[in-house]
Amino acid sequence: MDLTSKPQHVLDIASLSSEEIKSFLELGEALKEILKRPIPKVPTLRGRLVVLLFYEPSTRTRFSFDRAAKALSADTLTFSAKGSSIEKGESLLDTVKNLEAIGAELVVIRHPMEGAPHFIAKHAHIPVVNAGDGTHEHPTQALLDLLTVKERLGDFSDIKVAILGDIKHSRVARSDILAFQKMGAKVYVSGPAHLLPTSLEEEYFRIYPGGFKVCYDPKEAIRDADVVIALRVQRERHGKPLIPSFTEYQTFFGLTFKELELIKKGALLMHPGPINWGVELSPEVEQYSFQVILDQVENGVAIRMAILLKLLTGGKTYEVTH
Amino acid sequence: MKLLIKKGRIIDPSQGIDQIGDLLVEEGIIKGIADDIPSDQYTKVFWAEEKWVLPGLVDIHVHLRDPGQEWKEDIETGTRAALYGGVLRVACMPNTVPPNDTPEITSYILKKAEEKGYVKVYPIGCITKGQKGEELTEFGRLKEAGVVAVSDDGKWVANSEVMKRALLYAKQFNLAVISHCEDPTLSQGGQINEGFFSAKLGLKGIPWSAEVSAVVRDLLLAKETRQPVHLAHLSCKEVITFLRWAKEENIPFTAETCPHYFYLTEKEVDGYNTLAKVNPPLRKEEDVLAIKEALKEGLIQVIASDHAPHSVLEKELEFSLAAPGMIGLQTLLPLSLSLVKEGWLNPLRLAECLITNPAKVINIEPPSFKSGKKAEFIVFDPNKQYVLEPTLIQSKSKNTPFLNKELQGITVLAVIGEKVWELNQPV
Ligand SMILES: [Zn+2]
Ligand SMILES: [Zn+2]
Repeated sequence: MDLTSKPQHVLDIASLSSEEIKSFLELGEALKEILKRPIPKVPTLRGRLVVLLFYEPSTRTRFSFDRAAKALSADTLTFSAKGSSIEKGESLLDTVKNLEAIGAELVVIRHPMEGAPHFIAKHAHIPVVNAGDGTHEHPTQALLDLLTVKERLGDFSDIKVAILGDIKHSRVARSDILAFQKMGAKVYVSGPAHLLPTSLEEEYFRIYPGGFKVCYDPKEAIRDADVVIALRVQRERHGKPLIPSFTEYQTFFGLTFKELELIKKGALLMHPGPINWGVELSPEVEQYSFQVILDQVENGVAIRMAILLKLLTGGKTYEVTH
Repeated sequence: MKLLIKKGRIIDPSQGIDQIGDLLVEEGIIKGIADDIPSDQYTKVFWAEEKWVLPGLVDIHVHLRDPGQEWKEDIETGTRAALYGGVLRVACMPNTVPPNDTPEITSYILKKAEEKGYVKVYPIGCITKGQKGEELTEFGRLKEAGVVAVSDDGKWVANSEVMKRALLYAKQFNLAVISHCEDPTLSQGGQINEGFFSAKLGLKGIPWSAEVSAVVRDLLLAKETRQPVHLAHLSCKEVITFLRWAKEENIPFTAETCPHYFYLTEKEVDGYNTLAKVNPPLRKEEDVLAIKEALKEGLIQVIASDHAPHSVLEKELEFSLAAPGMIGLQTLLPLSLSLVKEGWLNPLRLAECLITNPAKVINIEPPSFKSGKKAEFIVFDPNKQYVLEPTLIQSKSKNTPFLNKELQGITVLAVIGEKVWELNQPV
């Protein structure tokens, strides 16, 4: 395991090298074992203070980070948009200063505005983990998606990943597109055309020639795919309708068993949650044998443990106590 | 008092002069230009070898933020920044708080400029009351109070009929109409140029079509009404085709760009750098090139700063919350100098873009070196290299992507009538 590189922050997949990604995955895999113990807890981060700063309602990601921190015996403090000074309009800059004064050693932030974690990283002297910033990135989700695929399929080379939905406004898609390509997979995206990257934007998403394709026909994206990721669809954003109706979406872009016939045998079906059953996924596909949505949740805890451990200790401590 | 500027490169676009020589000023009045003017014991001599002697620049796109947002800038600090930048006349945009949509606000601005200002201030009034885009302001009374132009800068007059009425009515009072070309239905929520960096940063992009569709609408109205429109801060390649078309069609228009659109690209915003957040947004290399070509071809005739001060309170924020705009009065000439260094414009043509052409837009007589005129000029050292440290910046706000960056060219002397300032001297 490469312990020499110690990333300072996890702000986005864009700024992580494939080596760094690999080392998070390896550590995450190793740490999963802890979660399977009768008492799923190790003392590695005892006395360390992790602050969870949630400017957007999110139960799953917050619980996942909280669980990850506690499995490593770290203390957590949670600020959520309701009931803290955040709501009273305190500036992000002031919040950062307060965090440091409190003695926070690492901050996990979920924020509706793109770049908020980067802003904190610029001004604070502690590691920052992006738990989702606006429509920018959700790097820990991409890492857990990678871990899930790695566990099931072993390797990323020659893998075709299809991502379906509102690609333009999805931080999960943005992180997954980069993450899977960085590991050597190909990524095909599809969805309503106005919610796909523009031709001007494609240049950014394509990490290597042939690594990324925008498909107007969803069938082209999912045909022979090894992994299909369906995104949660929202009908409107900021009060503006994005899709004509859920029925229309389901008819032309939703996944049913019929679409799943096109994918490779044994291909994985994933979803970052929460799922709109009957919109992006038809209820019957819950019975699909290779849907790994709950694996994703479990891997989320493991990968977040890996991130906390690496950022707070460089990963070394765990090696010693293991 | 006599002031003799010796051996400078004297450039006067109003007379087509570009020559090495001497310039004599007596009691604040231009006496004349000659190859060699002898000095006497009563003459203060300023040696200007290797330097440019230029009439004061005329910047017709400046936000002084006064009244109402004096924590960002006020008339005193804004005009001091202008002076240090060699800009001896500024036209100030009306999006103050309250906006300059009444003669009372115009009078306030002129009175304060008279008392506290370093350089001459020409107020611009709103096109519509409260910049709401609905009802025309009192162009006649505003003109009487002293406005030289009308603009809803910050916003485009989206209602085409209102804009058409404005063009027609403005002509009656000899007021320029300045349009902030941005179709809000395409740009709403946008933060940066749409493309590579909007993909990378996940920020909503502003497409070039937001600018071009607004420009085309304005040109059509100018054609129909046969009244001129001034297109502010053009930034993209695709707009140039339509300027060329408008010229062929003899549509009355003038066009403006700002140094950041021919000096910087969208790359500046990487890492969520709010200092590079500006509206219209910084665009791509090919746009920068097209803007330079348009300046060369004469399709864009005016370079203005769009000096837009914002304090750290409005800039040290999440990117989407940060205010768009950058200060520019002191970097206007140094950055524009790059057009000469790269061979796009000769110094005389550059001086036209910075002095005579903008003056023509707002119907004022530009500063010049004609004998008998009031002295209103600068000496500019085009070779001086320096770092733009915060202490050099005269504005209240320091929001510029050039902060602590290397620049070339600085104004070393400014003369207005009998007032003489030696500026930006190394301490
Ligand atoms: Zn404007
Ligand atoms: Zn402006």
